[in-house]
Amino acid sequence: MRSMLRFATATTGAMIKGPRGYYVWLLFLSAWVVLGLMAYLHQLKVGLHATNMIDQVPWGAYIANFTYLVGMAAAAVMLVIPAYVYHDHDLHEVVVLGELLAVAVLTMCLMFVMVDIGRPDRFWHLMPFLGRFNWPISMLAWDVIALNGYLVLNFYITTYLLYTKFCGKQPERKKYVPFVFIAIGWAVSIHTVTAFLYSGMGSRPHWNAAILAPRFLASAFAAGPSLMIVALSIIRDRMKFPVKDAALNRLRQIVAVTMLINLFFFFSEIFTELYTFKHHAASMRYLLFGLKGHNKLVPYIWMAMALDVFAAVVFTTKKLYSNKRILMAACLSAVVGVWVEKGMGLVIPGFVPTPLGEVVDYSPSFTEFCVSAGIWAFGALLYTLLLKAAVPIELGKLRLNPGTPDEAPVEPAHHAAEPQEASR
Amino acid sequence: MAKDTDTTCGAAMTPIPSAAERAEKLVESRLDEKGNRRSFLKIAGAAVAAAATGCGTGAPTSEEFFRQHYQKLTDEDKKRIFARIEEEVLATKGVRAHVADPPPMDGVQFAYALNLSVCNGSRRCVEACARENNLPDDPEMRYIRVLEMEAGSMDFEEATAYYEHDKVPAHDKFYLPVQCNQCDNPPCTKACPVGATWKEKDGIVVVDYNWCIGCRFCIVACPYYARRFNWSEPEIPPDRINPNMGYLSNRPRHKGVVEKCTFCLHRTRAGRDPACLEACPTGARKFGNLHDPNSEIREIIRSKRVFVLKEDLATLPRFYYFFA
Repeated sequence: MRSMLRFATATTGAMIKGPRGYYVWLLFLSAWVVLGLMAYLHQLKVGLHATNMIDQVPWGAYIANFTYLVGMAAAAVMLVIPAYVYHDHDLHEVVVLGELLAVAVLTMCLMFVMVDIGRPDRFWHLMPFLGRFNWPISMLAWDVIALNGYLVLNFYITTYLLYTKFCGKQPERKKYVPFVFIAIGWAVSIHTVTAFLYSGMGSRPHWNAAILAPRFLASAFAAGPSLMIVALSIIRDRMKFPVKDAALNRLRQIVAVTMLINLFFFFSEIFTELYTFKHHAASMRYLLFGLKGHNKLVPYIWMAMALDVFAAVVFTTKKLYSNKRILMAACLSAVVGVWVEKGMGLVIPGFVPTPLGEVVDYSPSFTEFCVSAGIWAFGALLYTLLLKAAVPIELGKLRLNPGTPDEAPVEPAHHAAEPQEASR
Repeated sequence: MAKDTDTTCGAAMTPIPSAAERAEKLVESRLDEKGNRRSFLKIAGAAVAAAATGCGTGAPTSEEFFRQHYQKLTDEDKKRIFARIEEEVLATKGVRAHVADPPPMDGVQFAYALNLSVCNGSRRCVEACARENNLPDDPEMRYIRVLEMEAGSMDFEEATAYYEHDKVPAHDKFYLPVQCNQCDNPPCTKACPVGATWKEKDGIVVVDYNWCIGCRFCIVACPYYARRFNWSEPEIPPDRINPNMGYLSNRPRHKGVVEKCTFCLHRTRAGRDPACLEACPTGARKFGNLHDPNSEIREIIRSKRVFVLKEDLATLPRFYYFFA
């Protein structure tokens, strides 16, 4: 118990101490968070009228960001699977950093849902037992379980691993490996359930397609590892954490495949809709070419596709990805491209035309922009703080009893566990 | 009771009183009543608290915050809640409202039918509905949407709800009003994560305005664009308030919740017709009990070639259309 208290104080201490640049960064993010908070208070006061959402387009930037971020959270498994299933040692060294990213991103997801609902004071109605949970029929009820469950799993796994390291002990496999494997399945489920929210809507032909869940996973597994490459490079440069090139390269290989699959799925969808030119295609036409003079999304979706293609080309061409700068540009392209394509590029055309054939445009209001930016800044702030505590523990600089050597890894037990694991 | 019939006919409008006049009227009316001074002070106190917390109008009282789902409320709870709503309407609008909660009747299954051959697109139903159900004008909220359709086409994408003519019907057009279809297989109630919307025994889909969390998933799920969200606090001028209120239909709503057509259940469960039907100048609208063998609705469904919208979605609407 006492060592847990020490763990809490030591990690908090690590979070609040840092060089000047660190404080500048925290201050910068905090300023955005405060701006977002003020915008949210305004929205609470006047209602969701402060957004540009209307009855015709009842979901907007908040849910678009939410959808995208669920994918980013799920993408942590792209580190976990190679590390735990295929015993990739280079990725194993950074897997905790990926899981911490999932924790930060899931927190952002829940915040985006909270700012989107009209009556946040009735939040307790969503709690099983306390409120009235329309499970199993409502997909949103499933999503509540999926997201919170995944958050708890990742929070537990990372905290357990860091805590045992902090105490200078070796983690006991039976106390965390089963949860790691549950989390792998759970990660796929969070994004599948989120896709089912959309694809289950008979009212919205644009989403009502079997390809949606696979497309969600493919795009998430492209954008997520891309962000991880950027994050790990920054962590390596700024926090002196030894991230091996092999780890980054493995992630790059993953994105090369997933981005191509993502583009293929998207192309399949475009073809099916446009070739038959059935009624279904109205939303797709709105997205790609505009409809009845409404074409706000058109430049964005073409830009997103260009970014996706650029990323795919870089990730598969040795000459290009060997150049660090071009690789970073490709990673950011994938992150932004998927954000547009799966965020607003997916959510908004679902509503246009409306079920009664009306064509309207939507773009976020200033309030929506500020609130969204605030949540992104909060996510970045949270991840920064988590890393600030996790990295020194991983490096052996932050310990319960500094100076005492860590417990040696129990090699035979480790090997004995492996065949079992392979048979799973 | 008599008031709603006047309003549907568009009776001469009295000017909206200023805030000061309203306040004066309200204090007078409250102090006139014996023994009610305390509850008035309580409401005033709640208003101050709401202002202090910066939540503005619609901030929940602790009773509202902890209020249980409609289906868990006892008769005792309901009595207390209805009295409170009446008090609130009196305090804020100076209107003496009556809140009731007529239950679905045994052996009654409501259905609606609309004769597209005679509907002339006058949109009287739209306005009558708005007055009956206490819908705000700014921003405008309407449950019924009348589509002006191209002759020879049932394509909604060729239709418009924003037609303005000096005279209706326009040449080569026909009119198709759409409101909640009260589906027997409603996608909206499936979507709701908290069970705040459900189908009643008589076929009407209702919303518990005090349980809805405002996620709008039901709006997304509805293939008929029948649900509306309170994007801001709805403001109804006192002279436009229909005091005949049903707890699950037209009683005051606050910002942040979803609402919809309820076939005017506060009227229809008391044996009256929906306001939209009453206002229709052409007799295009027919409403009744499917279980009544002598009802007009039953005869129409039996003898006319009726159809429903988007039958392929298997939502099983209770709102039929026909040409006759």
